[in-house]
Amino acid sequence: MAEPNYRLQYYMFLLSKHFRKILLGLILLILIFTSVKTVGPEEEGVVMYVGHYDRTVQPGLNFILPFGIEEMKKIPVQRQLKQEFGFRTVEAGRNTQYSKADFNDESLMLTGDLNLANVEWVVQYRIVNSYNYLFKVRDAEKALRDMSEAAMRKVVGDRTVNEVLTVGRQEVATSMEVLLQRLCDEYENGIRIDQVVLQDVNPPEPVKPSFNAVNQAQQERETLINQAESEYNRIIPRARGEADETIQLAEAYALTRVNVATGEAARFNSLFEAYVKAPEVTKKRLYLETMERILPKIGGKVIVDEKGNNVLPLLNLNQTEKK
Amino acid sequence: MKTRNILSLIVAVLLLTLAFTSIFVLDETQQAIVTQFGKPVGEPRTQPGLHFKIPIIQKVQFFDKRYLEWDGDSNQVPTKDKKFIFVDTYARWQITNPLQFFIRLRDERSGQSRLDDILDGETRNAIASHDLLDIVRSTNRDPEVAEDFMEDLDNLDDITVGRDKIEALILKRANQRTSDLGVQILDFRFKRMNYVDEVRNRVYDRMISERNRIADQFRSEGQGEARKIQGNKERDLAKIQSEATREAEMIRGKADAQATSIYASAYNRNAQARELYSFLRSMETLEKSFDEKTNVVLSTDSELYKYLKKAN
Repeated sequence: MAEPNYRLQYYMFLLSKHFRKILLGLILLILIFTSVKTVGPEEEGVVMYVGHYDRTVQPGLNFILPFGIEEMKKIPVQRQLKQEFGFRTVEAGRNTQYSKADFNDESLMLTGDLNLANVEWVVQYRIVNSYNYLFKVRDAEKALRDMSEAAMRKVVGDRTVNEVLTVGRQEVATSMEVLLQRLCDEYENGIRIDQVVLQDVNPPEPVKPSFNAVNQAQQERETLINQAESEYNRIIPRARGEADETIQLAEAYALTRVNVATGEAARFNSLFEAYVKAPEVTKKRLYLETMERILPKIGGKVIVDEKGNNVLPLLNLNQTEKK
Repeated sequence: MKTRNILSLIVAVLLLTLAFTSIFVLDETQQAIVTQFGKPVGEPRTQPGLHFKIPIIQKVQFFDKRYLEWDGDSNQVPTKDKKFIFVDTYARWQITNPLQFFIRLRDERSGQSRLDDILDGETRNAIASHDLLDIVRSTNRDPEVAEDFMEDLDNLDDITVGRDKIEALILKRANQRTSDLGVQILDFRFKRMNYVDEVRNRVYDRMISERNRIADQFRSEGQGEARKIQGNKERDLAKIQSEATREAEMIRGKADAQATSIYASAYNRNAQARELYSFLRSMETLEKSFDEKTNVVLSTDSELYKYLKKAN
């Protein structure tokens, strides 16, 4: 029992003997801790002298007055910060995961034609004025969120649901950026908006199928028109060709007809000239020549005497025919 | 010696306490008023840095100097055109007169709750006296139309007041009511706005029917366009074919006419020519009309056989 008591007494003795040194050491330690500050490369240090803003210091090793006479707040001015609306990045990386579950209230908004749209967006910003950021607005981050939601709804509220979903996407983001920056300037919160990026913009879940149906119908329309066009293109050029053919055939006919007529006329004229010289003989000759060509071809020939016509010659026509 | 030491220690501690209670530090973000027995004395302290007061009897009340947030409750309000929506609002405000603020409201929490009363009330009033469209839209800008025929659907109805003006109106009225509270509201805005659940489903139904209308329109437009092209095709086809036939017939007719006149000029020269032509044609016809099935009865009287008879 005496032993520990003795030891304690020994410690007390040591303490009282070196009290000044220990005290000095402690004070020195606190001094170092409260006066030597490192500011990171992406940061800026705002130094306050007894509550009063004094100076802004740059990255590196910095010294301030110790024991809380001067205080420093570090603001990451070089870093690009972002706020997400309508979703949250759960895990960034190669396979970034998003959680969309319970942010419907944040993303669902009224459009100018009193429809609803689900708009998700990201605001990328930077703190450019750390003095304003710290001392002008309480909870500047929350303020930015509120401003951002109000601004987006205002922009979307002046557009049709079609614009927001399709043609006007980029325009929405740009207008939003301008409006939000104006609000930031008005609030003097020291924030500069780098970019507003629209993420998924969708019609509300229950309406989605009918929006898809519209897309489908649009495709259908294109298909129908294309089919009709291709049918047209298949038929008409061929018909043109065929028409040309018809005309060419007619030309051919005309050519033949005129040439044949000319030829025949020429032949007749020549013949006529010869015929005029001896009409009777030529005629007889032509007659006999013709008969000469015809008679051998004829199947049944009966020659009757002119005077035998009182006796009716028996002619078995049927038999002759059967031969 | 020992008692003197203790005494001096006590005096030192007392002096230190006194010194500390008579000094206070104002942060860059703060402002303060000094009260004496609960009653404010002197001017409000707004400059950051060291400030002094009489120890013990005077107390310091700190207030924030920055823009403060005010977040409205989500209110269900009917608009003038009887549409039930809920509106979520926010505002930024500042304690501009800490003395007045302290007298009227004492601390920030009661300040917030007074703002709740005023701003929520003004919001309700403003919403109830405007149409929904006026609350949603802020300008009369013309929307971009993606498809010509959707113009009637993509048309935005014009507004007379608009969101900006309603917000400004609420801000103005609220500021009138807060002027004696030492508070100034700098900005008031609608943060979120949406249909209440029951209405929302009806809006979905309307959106669906609207989309169906567009889809039908697309489809019938496609069919119509296709028909038009088919019609064009038929017309062009008929035109091409009939024109070709016309031209072909004209060519043929001209050729026929030419041929006829050629023949006529040859055969119709004089009586002899006509006689020869008819003789030649008869011969030709004769030649064509006989074949091996033909039976002829020839008389010896005929030109051909007259010599046969004489021989007898």
